[in-house]
Amino acid sequence: MVSRERSSEAPILTAKKLSVVYATKRESITALKDLSFEVDIGEFVSVIGPSGCGKSTLAKVASGLVRPSGGEVLLAGTPVTAPSRDVGVVFQNPRLLPWKTVLSNVMVPARALRLDPVASQERAFELLRLVGLEGFANNYPHELSGGMQQRVGLARGLLPDPSVLLMDEPLAALDALTREHMSAELQRIWMATRKSVIFITHSISEAVFLSDRVVVLSNRPGRVIDDVPVNLSRPRDLDTMATPSFVEISNLLRKALDQMGASTRTDGTK
Amino acid sequence: MREEVILVLYPLITLVVIIFLWSVGVEIFDVPNYILPGPYSVLSTFIAAYSQGYIWTHLFFTFKSTVLGYFVGCGLGLILGSLLAESRTLEKFIYIYVVILQSIPKVALAPLIIMWFGFGIESKIVMVALICFFPVFINTFVGIRQPDPDLIDVLRVFSASRSLIFFHVKLPAAAGSIFAGLQIAVVLGLIGAVVAEFVASQYGLGTVIQSAALELDTSLMLTGVFSLALMGVAGSLLVRICHRKVVFWEEGRSQINRNVEVA
Repeated sequence: MVSRERSSEAPILTAKKLSVVYATKRESITALKDLSFEVDIGEFVSVIGPSGCGKSTLAKVASGLVRPSGGEVLLAGTPVTAPSRDVGVVFQNPRLLPWKTVLSNVMVPARALRLDPVASQERAFELLRLVGLEGFANNYPHELSGGMQQRVGLARGLLPDPSVLLMDEPLAALDALTREHMSAELQRIWMATRKSVIFITHSISEAVFLSDRVVVLSNRPGRVIDDVPVNLSRPRDLDTMATPSFVEISNLLRKALDQMGASTRTDGTK
Repeated sequence: MREEVILVLYPLITLVVIIFLWSVGVEIFDVPNYILPGPYSVLSTFIAAYSQGYIWTHLFFTFKSTVLGYFVGCGLGLILGSLLAESRTLEKFIYIYVVILQSIPKVALAPLIIMWFGFGIESKIVMVALICFFPVFINTFVGIRQPDPDLIDVLRVFSASRSLIFFHVKLPAAAGSIFAGLQIAVVLGLIGAVVAEFVASQYGLGTVIQSAALELDTSLMLTGVFSLALMGVAGSLLVRICHRKVVFWEEGRSQINRNVEVA
């Protein structure tokens, strides 16, 4: 594995020996166990793993919706115990409120966090422009395509100007062509905002294409089994995906994920 | 365009056929007038009642008690349904009684309500309200209790307050279900008004039908019945229009249902 250069600054987000145990009637399920990783300021980190490895649980803990059973998530040094303004979340099928216009949907965090309405609305329009939805402010979600809806979700996540943007498989619900296009769009938007990003995905090519670093999780209980830097110059495009280093990193990740599949074919429930 | 013509034309043909069979049947079988008068006789009674004006008072009475009772009953159903859905504690104290009350045929309470609230319009309003309450209450309760947890998480992630979650997610998500309750309540409310009028009243279409029955005036009875039918249809239509305007985001999803409804 290539050693990577860490910035001298303290990481913006740290997961420290994170464990999450869900209690059901019959048994307790350990979703995450001693999971640790860091995200530096302005870094784009993907978290990849087999399905059911606790990726969504990780997202819930990082966004403050679920309290960990052990360990903690630190945001700029302070433990995350409840949802906070500093973590913006972009969900898988974008979860827009169908009864609200695009603008009102983007403004939801402003209302919830009681931000200044005038300034927030200006910012909302700015973000809509950034995600390429200028002129759609007064449309309703059902009038938009899946890709456009996800752009609204992205603008909503960015509205409170969080220090970390958490994206939980934001492209998973889109068709293949839209996904590819949206990956490029995500890169463009990220380069324009330079947010620290945790990008949860199960797509290797998406992870490599977008990330500075890819964290690989094991089967349940999820823990970090590999941490792969992606030193490809930006902006990356379709040609980047054909370069030897891109292919090499992708293969490395694929092998890591494949091995896990082989070692626990029974889908470890314990 | 052609589809719309079919939607109107075909039912109209059915109506013409029924009226034809009715008038011919009455002639052929020589049905006495007090059993079933012919359509022409009913129509002329209908027109006479409305042109002479005396039925308007009764129509307005029934209309007023139904509308007022409807708003009171639906309003209470909406508020209490919301409160119980949001508060587990309140639910534990009250829900069982609401269920018990619901299983009573409300019509059986009509004489009691007349005793308590008098012969005037008040008892009719109470009766209508009581009968409208339950469908709205249950549909509100169930609707608010079954929201998409994913949508609620969206607001929780942004630290939304409970009231914000209620008014911006739970209530709109329950709107379709609530409107289904409001739809049922229109027809039930009309039943409540007529039953209360049957028990004791000076005014109302129920009174018209009852006094006409004592005089074996079947044409007038049918006039009352058709008037009630028109009121019921108009009310249902109005609620349906409101439903579509308010819950506009569900329109695309229920395209097929709508077509069936229009037909």
